[in-house]
Amino acid sequence: MEPLKGLLSTLWKALTDQPDPKAPFLESIPEDYRSLASAVLSVAPILMVFPLLFALTTVLERKGLGRIQNRLGPNRVGPAGFLQFAADGLKTLTKEDVVPRAADRVVHFLAPIALVIPVLLTFAVLPFGRNLAPIDLDAGLLFFFAVSSATELAVFMAGWASRNKYSLLGALRAVAQMVSYEIPLVLAALSVVMITGTLSLSAIAAAQSPTPGSFLAPWYVFTPWGLMGFLLFMIAACAEANRSPFDLPEGESEIIAGYYLEYSGFKFALFFLGEYLGLFASSGLAITLFLGGWNAPFAFMQGWLPSWVWFFAKLATLIAVFIWIRGTLPRVRMDQLMGLAWKFMIPMTLLTLVAAGLWHRLPSAPLRWVACTALLAGAFLVLGRVLMPRTRHGRRVYRYAD
Amino acid sequence: MPTDVILWILGGLILISAVMSLALRNLIHCALFLMVCFLGLAGLYLHLNAVFSGLVQALVYVGAVGIILIFAILLTEGGGTETGSHLGSQWRTGIGLAVLLAFALLGAVSNSPQTTQAARHTEEPTVREIGLKLMTDYLLPLQTIGLLLTAAAIGAVVLAMQEPKPRKDETP
Repeated sequence: MEPLKGLLSTLWKALTDQPDPKAPFLESIPEDYRSLASAVLSVAPILMVFPLLFALTTVLERKGLGRIQNRLGPNRVGPAGFLQFAADGLKTLTKEDVVPRAADRVVHFLAPIALVIPVLLTFAVLPFGRNLAPIDLDAGLLFFFAVSSATELAVFMAGWASRNKYSLLGALRAVAQMVSYEIPLVLAALSVVMITGTLSLSAIAAAQSPTPGSFLAPWYVFTPWGLMGFLLFMIAACAEANRSPFDLPEGESEIIAGYYLEYSGFKFALFFLGEYLGLFASSGLAITLFLGGWNAPFAFMQGWLPSWVWFFAKLATLIAVFIWIRGTLPRVRMDQLMGLAWKFMIPMTLLTLVAAGLWHRLPSAPLRWVACTALLAGAFLVLGRVLMPRTRHGRRVYRYAD
Repeated sequence: MPTDVILWILGGLILISAVMSLALRNLIHCALFLMVCFLGLAGLYLHLNAVFSGLVQALVYVGAVGIILIFAILLTEGGGTETGSHLGSQWRTGIGLAVLLAFALLGAVSNSPQTTQAARHTEEPTVREIGLKLMTDYLLPLQTIGLLLTAAAIGAVVLAMQEPKPRKDETP
């Protein structure tokens, strides 16, 4: 009875933003098991919340894409189709698991696991609320990037072990894309590290808390370099997650499904899960770095809702934006993809670093606003003009629709 | 006690994967086992509280070197399985040298003052301290390495860019 009471008290403390939420439960159990119980308390919520969020996102994405494409989307299972994910989950669990005869069976089996584990590990350092960081690591940002770099290897394992030319092509595309976009991703995150002077994600989120008396919270997205860094970070995160418009690794018109072509049943579901969890993790990192983490947007709102509500509201908004982008933009070509990364994103992220340095050094507020904005906007215009020569488009003529 | 268990597990993982990365026939399998070995080393660093070394080990060796290795294998040999004997012509010399080296290392480790003294609990350098050191005391070496790496990257691009120029009289 005592542990159950402790657990409820822990849950209450976590949901209401109180410091050290784990303490009541840990005090109620024997001394020897405390470190294990503490780890379970950190891991279990992540394993419960984010796969459920993934399930809901698949339904919402299909419904949203349906709206964009002027159709209904899933609407049969459960109220308004919202239990579709349960049907899909049961289907993937009971489907036959087909492994090609030529495949490298062991590597083929290990690849989805090797994808999901590092993605889940990245959630360990994200601060979901004021006192809700699973591990408050001193080098949290470094941990995030170190762990997520292992996913490239998993994608390669999947594509290579399937012994299918489309799988291998998809894997090579994915690895090339992820390697290219990792550089702007890290560089964009570095601008925040330059300003805050710490790699701890909890400290970065806390640095964006509104000071009492001010109106707008000092989120980094409200500065010129922060806005540019945030946009570049989101583009790079989109490419890292292999999402539209950067979904060449699974371009179905060319290479069918890319690296997970030869996967069926639950292994396929694991790839799907890993991809979405990766998207959530990098969105969570973007929220922590640029969108104020668990802080409210205005100083007077700070105590209105528990801090984790703000975090998940921002996460939901970013997911909605990703769905919107997927429904709106066409897939880019391979040379456009690489050109964007190496000719546009990397110079712009380097200039964002310069702008962050200027922001830190320049004394007066109006001067640094003008200098940073001029630097970034000028670079954007020049790069855009050089890389995309202006072409004249005539007026659009509808031949048959009139 | 759990500390020892973790150390044994990591040590076993590193040793087994290192041996496998040499013994297996398929080059891709070897590369994957090498990555497991690198991850085990990263785990060892993290276990010894060297957070920076551990994370950089994972980031650089698994994230970057591993991918380069795999691309190199695919671009040169196609990851085919090698046939023929494992052992080269000089394997006896190799084993002799390896045993000598092992003894030399064992002697050096067991005689070093670090192991004979009781384990000193020094404060581990934090990532912050390493960063500050790199930006103050070791700024010049860091910049030099950066310059060298940039030169190497530019050189690689220049080498890769050289394409045979099409002659003007030739129509495509």
